[in-house]
Amino acid sequence: MPSTRPSASAAGVSGSSRVVLITGVSRFLGARVAEALQAEPSIERVIGVDTVPPEASLGRTEFVRVDIRTPSIAKIIESARVDTVVHLNLVTMAATARMTTKEVNVIGTMQLLAACQRSAAMRKLVVRSSAAVYGSSARDPAVFTEHDEPVVPPTSGYAKDAVEVEGYVRGLARRRSDLTVSVLRFANFLGPNIDNPLSRYFHMPVVATVLGFDPRLQFIHEDDGVEILRRMAVEDHPGCFNAAGDGVVLLSQALRRAGRPILPLPAPAVQTLGDVGRRFGGLKGFSPELLRWLTYGRVIDTTRLTNELSWRPKYSSEEAFADFADSQGLGHGLPTEIFDLVTGGVRGLSRR
Amino acid sequence: MDHEAEVIPLHGDTPERHTGPPGELEQKVASALRFVRRRLSGDYQVDEFGFDPELNDRLLMPLARQLYERWFRVEMLGLENVPDEGPALVVGNHSGTLPLDGVMLQVGLHDHHRAKRNLRLLGADLVYQIPVLAHLARKSGHTLACQADAARLLGKRELVGVFPEGFKGVGKPYSQRYKLQRFGRGGFVATALRAQVPIIPAAIVGAEEIYPKIADLRSIARLFGLPYFPITPTWPMFGPLGLVPLPSKWIVAFGEPIMTDEYDLDQADDHTTVLNLTDQVRETIQNMLYDLLRRRASIFF
Repeated sequence: MPSTRPSASAAGVSGSSRVVLITGVSRFLGARVAEALQAEPSIERVIGVDTVPPEASLGRTEFVRVDIRTPSIAKIIESARVDTVVHLNLVTMAATARMTTKEVNVIGTMQLLAACQRSAAMRKLVVRSSAAVYGSSARDPAVFTEHDEPVVPPTSGYAKDAVEVEGYVRGLARRRSDLTVSVLRFANFLGPNIDNPLSRYFHMPVVATVLGFDPRLQFIHEDDGVEILRRMAVEDHPGCFNAAGDGVVLLSQALRRAGRPILPLPAPAVQTLGDVGRRFGGLKGFSPELLRWLTYGRVIDTTRLTNELSWRPKYSSEEAFADFADSQGLGHGLPTEIFDLVTGGVRGLSRR
Repeated sequence: MDHEAEVIPLHGDTPERHTGPPGELEQKVASALRFVRRRLSGDYQVDEFGFDPELNDRLLMPLARQLYERWFRVEMLGLENVPDEGPALVVGNHSGTLPLDGVMLQVGLHDHHRAKRNLRLLGADLVYQIPVLAHLARKSGHTLACQADAARLLGKRELVGVFPEGFKGVGKPYSQRYKLQRFGRGGFVATALRAQVPIIPAAIVGAEEIYPKIADLRSIARLFGLPYFPITPTWPMFGPLGLVPLPSKWIVAFGEPIMTDEYDLDQADDHTTVLNLTDQVRETIQNMLYDLLRRRASIFF
């Protein structure tokens, strides 16, 4: 844990001329963070990198098309005298083959961190990680804090990538103790504009759940996620932080609130359905990790983050889900309507 | 309750035409319908452990209460030893092949304690691997037996219950009834010392006789990944009927709280202190058990 920094006395908002580099800028989160950071007067330049061009204009942000798996990322960091790197490149939705995802996540991070280590101008690194690093199992404690080790560490997918990425980040923090390193373990993102494996799962015409299990889930709203990353980039908050909306929501509860039809199936059947959906339907990125999470759930403690920032997420887990469900037209509340119809009838009968 | 204030709009809702106050039955029906509607629309709260107080009060507890009142006719003694508020650790003897003793302890404190306290039990990880049982246990307020969860619940000023004997206690043969097994390494004592909360010894008499375990098929247990596979006089001979517990008469007694605030915080890491205190708690419960057994007229009455 990067707790001792020689430059700690110079904390607060760092020097005037700041150059921020954002990885994964062509994806939703990267674009939103770029938008937030370019509005900061203290930041001179915002450079966004990704392998594909952004879909919409990034405004003041300068886009550089570069693959962070190649050493050319080092040239950009060196020549632009980048002092802050916001690493948002963790790919959680496997659009391409698993090997490519892993390479982007792990090899990409290694190249990026190597470049950071060599650069004399570097001062700060902000890394987007995931609460998936804690794994998900029946033997988990009810709530994970930042110093808890996973009971059953993730063995595959982006969760394992995130564990490896955090390992490399800790390595860099040891070698460059002058850097301010912030690692954020985000709960699953939800919000009006979110398109991820989870949002697609909720959009299934009939939502398959794991028979006999009702996981406790947490969500973070997109706006809160962006705000946290902005604060981390602009202010100095070294350390590792869990980030999630307050409270928990049970899967059954979320689906009922959204009025989704629920179909409980044994776990292997849900996985098969997910696999079929991934191949032929719109269920991109339905992974074994997601299934484990939908079986056992996971809750993280966000006390450290809220104390450090003296701030709470605007949306609780419940509210983040509600905002997502409302704006993506998920809820129609059919069961409740039928219930009202029937009980209305009963009431009417008893009156007569 | 804020739920009472909300009026559910029903179709064709017109002002009440009844002249007198609505009948009791009608109120009950309306309240039950409101409950079902809230359940259907997900309009309820759970805490971070998954505790769902509404479901617990209105569905799970009434079911367990039938067993408590009519089948086992549980008697609760020394309830005044359980504090009305604030954290405490209830430590009990574990028995009965299936852990019904935990549920009965919970019903007793919920129904008969002055402050209607919810007992938050610490259960074996096996519970959280079994479908249905896993989420019902959480919804009823219980969680996994681990140091982190126990400390967190106590930190939230909850009443926490633990059976330190674990499987060794609940799965012991009938011949060993009312003989306390080893209390592990005293992890519960260390937790209580760290949290500076009183330990309340609880002796449960009656649970030993509900499923008298006369043999254990270890090979079958291993096959299913269970800690034991019991043979009782009725199970598996009479099939599902063998799952009906014998209607033994239960007496539960709570002893005087054992205070932990006179110890220093760092004594939680001192094995001698922890093991001595563990023995003290164990002996207290064992003596309480002997007392209760003398009081009980017979197993079934």
